[in-house]
Amino acid sequence: MADSDGRQVDGVNHATDKDVKLQEIALAKNEGKELTKEEKQRLRKEKKQHKKNKKDDKGPPEKEKEKEKASVPAPSKPATQSPAHKAAPAPVHASESAAAAEKPAKSKAELRAERRARQDSERTSKQGKKEGGQQSASSKPKATPNELQPVVKRLPEHVQVDDPAALKKLAKKLERQQVPLRSDYGYKVSLFSHLHQYSRKSPPTLQISIPATVIHPSIVRLGLQYSQGIIAGSNARSVALLHTFKQVIQDYSTPPNEELSRDLVNKLSPYISFLSQCRPLSASMGNAIKYIKKEISNIPSQCKEEEAKGKLQACIDSYINEKIILASEAISKYAIEKISDGDVILVYGCSSLVNHILCKAFEKQRKFRVIVVDSRPRLEGREALRRLVKKGIRCTYVLISALSYILPEVSKVFLGAHALLANGYVMSRVGTSQIALVAKAYNVPVLVCCETYKFCERVQTDSFVSNELDDPDDLIVTRNGKSHLENWQTVKSLGLLNLVYDVTPPDFVDLVITDLGMIPCTSVPVVLRVKNVDQ
Amino acid sequence: MPGADKETELSERIEAFLSELKRCGSGAGSLRGSAETARETTSLLRRITAQARWSNAGDLMEIIRKEGRRMTAGQPSETTVGNMVRRVLKIIREEYARSRGSTEEADQQESLHKLLTSGGSSEDNFRQHFTHLKANVIEAINELLTELEGTTDNISMQALEHIHSNEVIMTIGRSRTVEAFLKDAARKRKFHVIVAECAPFCQGHEMATSLSKEDIETTVIPDAAIFAVMSRVNKVIIGTQTVLANGGLRAVNGTHTLALAAKHHSTPLIVCAPMFKLSPQWDSALQELVLRSFCFLLPGEILSKVNAHCPVFDYVPPELITLFISNIGGNAPSYIYRLMSELYHPEDHEL
Repeated sequence: MADSDGRQVDGVNHATDKDVKLQEIALAKNEGKELTKEEKQRLRKEKKQHKKNKKDDKGPPEKEKEKEKASVPAPSKPATQSPAHKAAPAPVHASESAAAAEKPAKSKAELRAERRARQDSERTSKQGKKEGGQQSASSKPKATPNELQPVVKRLPEHVQVDDPAALKKLAKKLERQQVPLRSDYGYKVSLFSHLHQYSRKSPPTLQISIPATVIHPSIVRLGLQYSQGIIAGSNARSVALLHTFKQVIQDYSTPPNEELSRDLVNKLSPYISFLSQCRPLSASMGNAIKYIKKEISNIPSQCKEEEAKGKLQACIDSYINEKIILASEAISKYAIEKISDGDVILVYGCSSLVNHILCKAFEKQRKFRVIVVDSRPRLEGREALRRLVKKGIRCTYVLISALSYILPEVSKVFLGAHALLANGYVMSRVGTSQIALVAKAYNVPVLVCCETYKFCERVQTDSFVSNELDDPDDLIVTRNGKSHLENWQTVKSLGLLNLVYDVTPPDFVDLVITDLGMIPCTSVPVVLRVKNVDQ
Repeated sequence: MPGADKETELSERIEAFLSELKRCGSGAGSLRGSAETARETTSLLRRITAQARWSNAGDLMEIIRKEGRRMTAGQPSETTVGNMVRRVLKIIREEYARSRGSTEEADQQESLHKLLTSGGSSEDNFRQHFTHLKANVIEAINELLTELEGTTDNISMQALEHIHSNEVIMTIGRSRTVEAFLKDAARKRKFHVIVAECAPFCQGHEMATSLSKEDIETTVIPDAAIFAVMSRVNKVIIGTQTVLANGGLRAVNGTHTLALAAKHHSTPLIVCAPMFKLSPQWDSALQELVLRSFCFLLPGEILSKVNAHCPVFDYVPPELITLFISNIGGNAPSYIYRLMSELYHPEDHEL
């Protein structure tokens, strides 16, 4: 080890220092202790140095000269490192970089140091937005712009299923995070080959060992509930996610020599990958995750762990309270103004917000009756029907194919939304656009109710480019004792399509009721801009 | 007596036919296609013509009208029965006119001049007795039967004129005419079919399996996804239960939504309907509802507190339809009223 050419430049002292350090590392390894980051770094450097020395025999003096020059600017960078890594490592670092064999090894350390410095300066100037390497696997891109112009976002993984390179990248990332990869099921209709199609019979939790070591158990439970459809509906999913994160933060303990603000975010990344494998994340969940990450990275480094955890949990509670619970109260207030006595209101599927509005209006003694429209295969309208009938509201129940029959009686249509896109399109359960279309043909006003935390910066014009494909076996049904589609997999040219979402163009929607007030569909980007400026 | 036996046998047959109609309507028996119903009605009418006792055309028309009223009352939504009765009445009028020697055109045309000058001479015209009237009428009814048997083939023969290669076609529910149409085109062209399943009976599933067996690329979608996928569809081809005199349709529920979605995307809507489905009757109050289908969808305690509707048919206005393909060729919806006047006599519109 002491034969390397580069060493001859340094003094003997450095060499001996280094030897001592290396011996310490070897000792630590033998004792089975986990190596600290700097020790790992040093080991890596040694290995690379070895390789390089074995390779080139010619021109070592030139190399030395280069390294000398490079070593001069190098010390300046390590000087700005975080306090934990000052003093002893700094000169060693310099010497190592001087002695270091390959340029890439050196530049990686330099880059990391640069990044640390940049992050520190960013945090001190209270911008706190994470860059590059800590992107999670969450499907919707969430880069809120700092500058006036929006940044073009990286394409999310879940719409690139037809690209083998993207799939390989995802597989590698999941392997690194120790999250199981879920495989697609069944024949996919050619128009949708860029999307995943999973089967409910093979949840990703099958491939996890019990007890799960990498993924927190409540996250595993949540993922299973998502993939089996036990928790459905964007509000329910977001609230469940936030509660689970509270639990995760409660159980979290900072490892030594790590900062809570950075490490917790890193811990959350595999959880988010796992959840998006169970079911692609919704826009509301994406916004919630962005908020949490921002809050975590805003925790000052002087904060003690218990205090920081308490602060984070309070943040999450206030988020749920403001954005979901109070928002629905505000929306109900606005919406009740729009409901008059004698109204016949049409609702579709089960939207928690719309059900809340109707229950509130009924409590305020408004006289109206409700028509619940339902569709196969989810038949979520039954749940809405149950809740409304329990309250005592007069209800009628039809399937979506009977829409033209029932619409002449209807005075208003209330719809819920999964997300509101920046070009004014409403993304909601499949069938919503159909209802809006037929309502428009009969001149019935269509009102969409949506909280502002579901506003999303994506733009989309049709239901194909980004959607979710549900289990195709759900379409199989038995009528008169026969189920014709039972063996659909055996027939080569037969495909089943079970879409989850669709987009409604803004000209079908008359009004959007949000917690900020009643706005037209095209004002969504205005609201987004106002929100960003506030933040 | 042989005459009495024949009569009882005849009335037995009529009774059997009526009960068959009623059973099919309630869904207990096997679902019959309209073509089959039309053929059976026509053969029954031929039997009546052959075996009933009548001396002149007027009597025969009375008998047929009476039986026709009974049959349509048995299953009002099955309009093909009434249509066939009207066709036969028209045949009788024509044969009578031919036997009398007067030209057909003069009798058929309803000019204002004729209305003013003739004035109520139709009724007593049918009292003359002609020996060969019976034979002529039966022969004409035989021709009608042959025409009925060839309707599906005639429509399918036009398939290649309307479907090009790599097309995406959407259809809803199950129509035997459309099935034959698409299968005929699939023999020479490759295209993709999307079938909307049409809940709650989901006849679309049967259609899809039958089409995919002929190696046609088929996809089944739930009704809620009709608008979502419509932007990628090139043509919509549907069948119907009845074609109305204004060019509108009475088709299976969900068709109006499909037609609106097609109109929004400017996708042509083509209706494959044989001529025997053309009906002059429009009873807007008649909307058959089927409630039993909901017992498997809703739990009992909710079902008792809730009104549930399940209509069977939809009305589609003629503005949403692009083309009618029938056994006599392609027609625009605005031309249907003219075809109607050729098939039925205006006095038979009300049976």
